Amino acid sequence: MLNKNIYLILIISLVFAISFWIGFNVNLLPTEASINAPIYDELFKILFIIGLIIFIGMTIAVIYSLFRFRKRNDQMGDGIALEGNLSLEIVWTIIPSIIVLLIGLYSYNIYDRMGGMKELNHNHEMMSSNSEKIWAGISQTSDNEIAINNLSIEVSAMQFAFLFNYPKGNFISGELHVPVDQKVSMKMESKDVIHAFWVPEFRIKQDIIPGQPTILNFTPTKVGKYPIICAELCGPYHGGMRASIIVEEESDYNEWFNKNKKPEVNL
Amino acid sequence: MTISIDPQKTNNESLQPKGWLRYFSFSLDHKVIGIQYLVCGFLFYLIGGSLASAIRIELASPMSDFMPRDVYNQVLTLHGTIMIFLWIVPVVNGAFGNYLIPFYVGARDMAFPRLNAVAFWLIPPSGLMLVASYFVDGAAQAGWTAYPPLSITTPQSGQIIWILSVLLLGGSSIFGGINFIATIIKLRRPGLKLMQLPMYCWAMLGTSLLVVLSTPVLAGTLILLSFDIIANTGFFNPVLGGNVVVYQHLFWFYSHPAVYIMVLPAFGLVSEILPVHARKPLFGYTTMVFSIMGIVVLGLVVWAHHMFTSGTPPWMRLFFTIATAFIAVPTGIKFFNWVATLWGGKISINSAMLFSCGFIINFVFGGITGVALAQVPFDIHVHDTYFVVAHFHYIVYGGTVFIIFSSIYHWFPKVTGKMLYEKLGILHFIITFIGFNLCFAPQHWLGLNGMPRRVAEYDPQFQFVNQISSLGALLMAISTIPFLINVFLSVRNGKVSGDNPWNALTPEWLTSSPPPVENWEGEAPLVEEPYGYGKEISERK
Repeated sequence: MLNKNIYLILIISLVFAISFWIGFNVNLLPTEASINAPIYDELFKILFIIGLIIFIGMTIAVIYSLFRFRKRNDQMGDGIALEGNLSLEIVWTIIPSIIVLLIGLYSYNIYDRMGGMKELNHNHEMMSSNSEKIWAGISQTSDNEIAINNLSIEVSAMQFAFLFNYPKGNFISGELHVPVDQKVSMKMESKDVIHAFWVPEFRIKQDIIPGQPTILNFTPTKVGKYPIICAELCGPYHGGMRASIIVEEESDYNEWFNKNKKPEVNL
Repeated sequence: MTISIDPQKTNNESLQPKGWLRYFSFSLDHKVIGIQYLVCGFLFYLIGGSLASAIRIELASPMSDFMPRDVYNQVLTLHGTIMIFLWIVPVVNGAFGNYLIPFYVGARDMAFPRLNAVAFWLIPPSGLMLVASYFVDGAAQAGWTAYPPLSITTPQSGQIIWILSVLLLGGSSIFGGINFIATIIKLRRPGLKLMQLPMYCWAMLGTSLLVVLSTPVLAGTLILLSFDIIANTGFFNPVLGGNVVVYQHLFWFYSHPAVYIMVLPAFGLVSEILPVHARKPLFGYTTMVFSIMGIVVLGLVVWAHHMFTSGTPPWMRLFFTIATAFIAVPTGIKFFNWVATLWGGKISINSAMLFSCGFIINFVFGGITGVALAQVPFDIHVHDTYFVVAHFHYIVYGGTVFIIFSSIYHWFPKVTGKMLYEKLGILHFIITFIGFNLCFAPQHWLGLNGMPRRVAEYDPQFQFVNQISSLGALLMAISTIPFLINVFLSVRNGKVSGDNPWNALTPEWLTSSPPPVENWEGEAPLVEEPYGYGKEISERK
């Protein structure tokens, strides 16, 4: 009996060790390029490790049972008439409940750190009319900061392209240029069907909905060129509906901005 | 009040054809209807599988080069619709439900045999109509979700035929659901208590409640959508002031429970198969019943987790996260109970057992990614990507389809009186299991790294992983060959099975194989312990 328990403890610790090792050493995610990304990856790592422990554990249990309790040729008759074990069943109801609850609380905390639980931005500077319904995607800033500090961009999505309007420069670009480490606030609207704005390296996604502008705020942290991908089926060329976001140093960004800026026309 | 069906009246023998011809007739016999559902569903599975192969061929290269882009969207729409509405739902509910439920409750037929026949015969015409819409003006191309405004702006005839077809299939599903509830509640043999029923009855009771509660919502939604398309109304059309997100709420109010309509019956079937081949009672009968009902209740209040990027408000995101994650608890109980059923048994390693164990492993994997997807911040990154595609194929293929095959190996002797060849069955399992995991496991990585779903072209950096996935799909296609050979060979010259080749205790095995039209020659037996394995005969009630 003692031997059996030692083997059990040994196997369980081995499962934990393997899961932790894989969780910490196998990276399944793309580059982290926004302040959301490391927070997301932290959640991913925890879920990955818990998932591995459960999956490896269950798989071992099934394969071990098939092997250990297989019917040998000379065997007749049935297994033991065990119809249940209340205390065991209570244990495997309560432990998963606690794990699920803890994961839920933890992901709430992650979501809060990403800014997801902030109030909707009713004072958004670009909001033209109060009757318009504005939803937040992931908001990372409070309302006041948006108005003062943020780079504001208006995104139009249509079959099958994104257009980025820089209201301060009075120009429209097919490429999204943003300075690194600066909050960007986007108001997005679709001209036709539902699209979605997704940058995998930023770990953010928000649908772009016709008739209901949506908001998406993010802060890029790494200079580079990343794909903007439409993630909602929008028609035959959906797979080709892509654009690029170019995160650059502030000086480079300003140079680009000034080159494209159109002078205000005063009539 | 007990409704008794007089077998002489419902199965007027002079009108019913005999032999294999009865499978092409408007038979009222629940066993014939069950087989009709199964064979019809399998034919549509072959069509849906061919479409899946076409998708994987297209995705073997990063360019859109195998078929035109709009045809690709039609193919993925038809693939989803056919697999859900014409293969999985009709087979796990209609086929096995019709065949088994009357045996399990000790009845000679379903409560409403004519409604039952109507429910089945709605399926072939609506399925053919759906497939034929491709030749009219192109099939629907807005995905099986048919989100407006895309579904309003794509070619109308295909979309309207799609709506009509899904409405008919939904009607069939509701008729079936009503019939199962009535049969399980009202047609039980005198003396048979609810808590003595085989687990599949409970699964079908829960499933049928979901069908009856949620399918009408889908029907209403699709009718409104068809008004938007043909009558220029503005329910969901933003140009006319409609709200596209309302459609998503209504659609997922049905379509999330639809997942449980596809997996709960599989949970029931595996609960019948494991005890027989492990020679042990089903572990934790009572907790199994409560967890099924828990899944039914929770399954109705989790739909908005499909809409975390649609701009749902924060409080709603939080509620649906918690509700969704908690489904893991009753589901987990069932999986622990199945493993405990295996533990200490005398397990026969045969095709039915292998497919059931494959189901446990695949479904646990799909369940774990499901709990992760329930978390809002996790979901926002991978929503609408190949991660989600991989997740739900682990649930519906790795889960339910594995159980459909397991069930076919288990009940084939009952239906035909012949055994399937074990070696071909094990070969079928091995190719399916390897092919399935090769096809779908790499797709998790694709989704995490930036490949959205429903695309005909993608970033060339994903080509290698996509080719692995396509190779897996090829193996899955090949795996149906040993299965089909096995079925045809066994029907013609398989080993005669005898009435009860597995020494099973559930009531369908206590009659001849294949069973007589009235199910039992005499009175239906009273089986109070369908899982009484390991007990002396005298101990069994």
